[in-house]
Amino acid sequence: MSTENPLGGVPLLRWMWRQLTSMRTALLLLMLLGIASIPGSLFPQRTQNPMKVRDYLATHGALGSWLDRFRFFDVYSSPWFSAIYLLLFISLIGCVLPRTLEHLRAIGKKPPLTPRNLDRMEGFETLSGGDLDKAEAWLRKKRFRIRRDENSLSAEKGYARESGNLLFHLSLILILVAVGVGSLFGSKGEAIVNVGERFINTPTSYDSLSFGKFQSDQSMSSFSLRVTDFNAKYDPATNAPQDYRLTVQAAQPIGAPEEKKIIKVNSPLTYGNTKIYLQANGYSPVVTVRDSTGSITFHGPVTFLPQDANLTSTGAIKVPDMNPQIGFVGSFIPTYDRNAKRGAFSAFPEVLDPRLLLSVWKGNLGLDTGVPQSVYRLDTSKMTRIGLKQLSLGESLNFGEGSITFDGWRSWVNLQIVDDPGKLYALFGAIFAIFGLLLSLFTRQRRIWVKSGNQVEIAGLAKNAAPGLLEELAQLKKWMEDDI
Amino acid sequence: MTSRQFAYLSNYAIYSAMFTYTIAFFAHAVEVAFSVRHGESSTEFDFAKTDKSGRIGTAMMILGQVFLTSGVLLRGLSAHRAPWGNMYEFSITGAMAFSGAYLFALIKYKLRWLGLPVSTAVLLTLGTAVAVLYRPSAPLVPALKSTWLIIHVSAAIISGGVFLLANTIAATYLILDRMESRGGRNEWAKKLPSLEYLDQLSYRLVAFVFPLWTFAVIAGAIWAESAWGRYWGWDPKETWAFITWIAYAAYLHARVTIGWRGRRAAWLCLFAGSTFLFNYIYVNIWGTGRHTYSGL
Ligand code: HEM
Repeated sequence: MSTENPLGGVPLLRWMWRQLTSMRTALLLLMLLGIASIPGSLFPQRTQNPMKVRDYLATHGALGSWLDRFRFFDVYSSPWFSAIYLLLFISLIGCVLPRTLEHLRAIGKKPPLTPRNLDRMEGFETLSGGDLDKAEAWLRKKRFRIRRDENSLSAEKGYARESGNLLFHLSLILILVAVGVGSLFGSKGEAIVNVGERFINTPTSYDSLSFGKFQSDQSMSSFSLRVTDFNAKYDPATNAPQDYRLTVQAAQPIGAPEEKKIIKVNSPLTYGNTKIYLQANGYSPVVTVRDSTGSITFHGPVTFLPQDANLTSTGAIKVPDMNPQIGFVGSFIPTYDRNAKRGAFSAFPEVLDPRLLLSVWKGNLGLDTGVPQSVYRLDTSKMTRIGLKQLSLGESLNFGEGSITFDGWRSWVNLQIVDDPGKLYALFGAIFAIFGLLLSLFTRQRRIWVKSGNQVEIAGLAKNAAPGLLEELAQLKKWMEDDI
Repeated sequence: MTSRQFAYLSNYAIYSAMFTYTIAFFAHAVEVAFSVRHGESSTEFDFAKTDKSGRIGTAMMILGQVFLTSGVLLRGLSAHRAPWGNMYEFSITGAMAFSGAYLFALIKYKLRWLGLPVSTAVLLTLGTAVAVLYRPSAPLVPALKSTWLIIHVSAAIISGGVFLLANTIAATYLILDRMESRGGRNEWAKKLPSLEYLDQLSYRLVAFVFPLWTFAVIAGAIWAESAWGRYWGWDPKETWAFITWIAYAAYLHARVTIGWRGRRAAWLCLFAGSTFLFNYIYVNIWGTGRHTYSGL
């Protein structure tokens, strides 16, 4: 304990280590982690809602950019949040490991010596009869650990309290490790796949994909999915979704024979640590675009994004292979209805009476400027509008340079594919934590002493003021004073 | 019976429960108020006189519990699912858990006096539920269809009920503590238990449900993993569940390892409980995130 020179080299380090691993510090860090997580629930977060973050930044000017500088929109990956998390982790380890060793060493040991003066302990009493043997028999029956000396007896029960306590805190460490493993070795991505299309699990198939620091495309699990059917059921009265059901032909590894699998919202498809979730769905209108000679310049489904609960969807169709280039801004209405106030709108999320509203633009699509473009939006800054029409199924629109036909539609699904190698550890950590907690909160730890000198004395001590000690002592007293 | 008939019956059961809790409220109020007797020189109590009223109160609390429980069950039957799909349903189930926790504790401890604040809180909750939060009974959106919903939500609601009971007791502690430090309890408060007893009781309740709350959070994580592809995503609801958990962990540590008792412990208990309420009220109504798609 060299505290005389707390500012020099090793002693300073040791002092800091002791401070860091004290329970007070750990608790403070834990509180701090709680407080630090609050802003993340009050400000929009990039990981959850990037659009809202953009809106916030746009409407809050300087305040927004200051908040951004301090990572208030990425709270849970910010340096300050990570710092608290790491310090807590180290502190917990430094706090709990030594205690665990000490506890393990104590397992074979006998309870500590009987204190000299029992009269300062709880429930102290002088008995009118009985002896140590009698006390020992009773305490043994009650499964106390006993230390018998010449004329005193020291008994203890409730070691499980500390075991449970340590198990709980060790489990917390395990959970923290699991979270770390998941974020360092995992990956998470999303891909939109039309019914009829095939998804192959390689990085280029994803619309967005993020890797942990130690994960790469080499280690992605090998599988492919062919989406054969997607069925969404909606309540006819409220339009609320009732059931989504995705059918795929899956091959694992890639090239293996295909197997039929069903994916639903609460039951993902699992391959090892990788899970495939059904996340969202929508419609892709199928169109054919022809040039003025009648030859096909574009044909296929185009993914549109849903805008409301009835799946009115908007998107863009870009045809760069025409001269001039042609683009369409479209709106797909699965079940057409209209009224004076809202104009055309969708009355039901299923496709019962579809329409495709198109505005046609000609000019420069701006695809070769090097700036990445959203596939769902048309940059019309260098284009002019040359037509506008609402198409029923099978109808065409002739716009001079060519024509577009509304051939049909397909459903698309958004698959979320997550590889989290840490989550099993987290689950075990959580289960152990609960067991540890139960053990520690519901075990009463107490000591009972019996001394025989001129008279027989008993007393006890309950840790953390656990209830019931006095009743126990009263029972012991009665047993010892009974003449049997 | 059809879904709609079940839904009607459920509504009637809830109204009956409200009526019954109102009687319970008055019975408990009478018990406290009319036990005061003005003597010649001083004011005294005679609880023997109002004991009957107290017992009527308890009987009504039990009857109300029966109605409320039937209301919740019928609601579940009408929707063919656990009745925890929107805020109306959370509220009636929460009220059920809260008054259930009271009745359960009544078996073990002498706390009939709590009937007054408990019936008040239940009435307020049910009133808000019926007047503001009511939604017709309907099936769940697909993401809510999971066994883990039942497990997670029931654990969370029971924990919430007990946390709020502990809060009620801690608040009573603080009020009585203030009276005592100003020279003595008011007459009506003399019948209430000792400060030490209240202090212990609120701690016991918290220690008792803290593991259940831990379990509720974990069950939520397991469900999130199967529905959303991650077991923890710092969604506002998750964040606040975590904060509540930390606040109660702090409370337990403050008591067990630092030795806080009495006033400071009671304030900490109230604080922890308010993070739970904040999660329920603020995050459900104004928050964003995946937990708010329940249509309130
Ligand atoms: C994450 C939140 C935490 C929770 C929920 C928690 C829970 C508990 C509980 C319930 C006890 C009571 C056990 C008893 O009655 O003996 C306890 C005791 C203890 N905790 Fe924690 N703990 C947490 C974090 C920490 C941290 C970060 C540390 C320190 C590194 C720590 C160190 C201790 C110690 C040393 C005890 C034993 C106190 C005693 O035996 O008197 N805890 N903890």
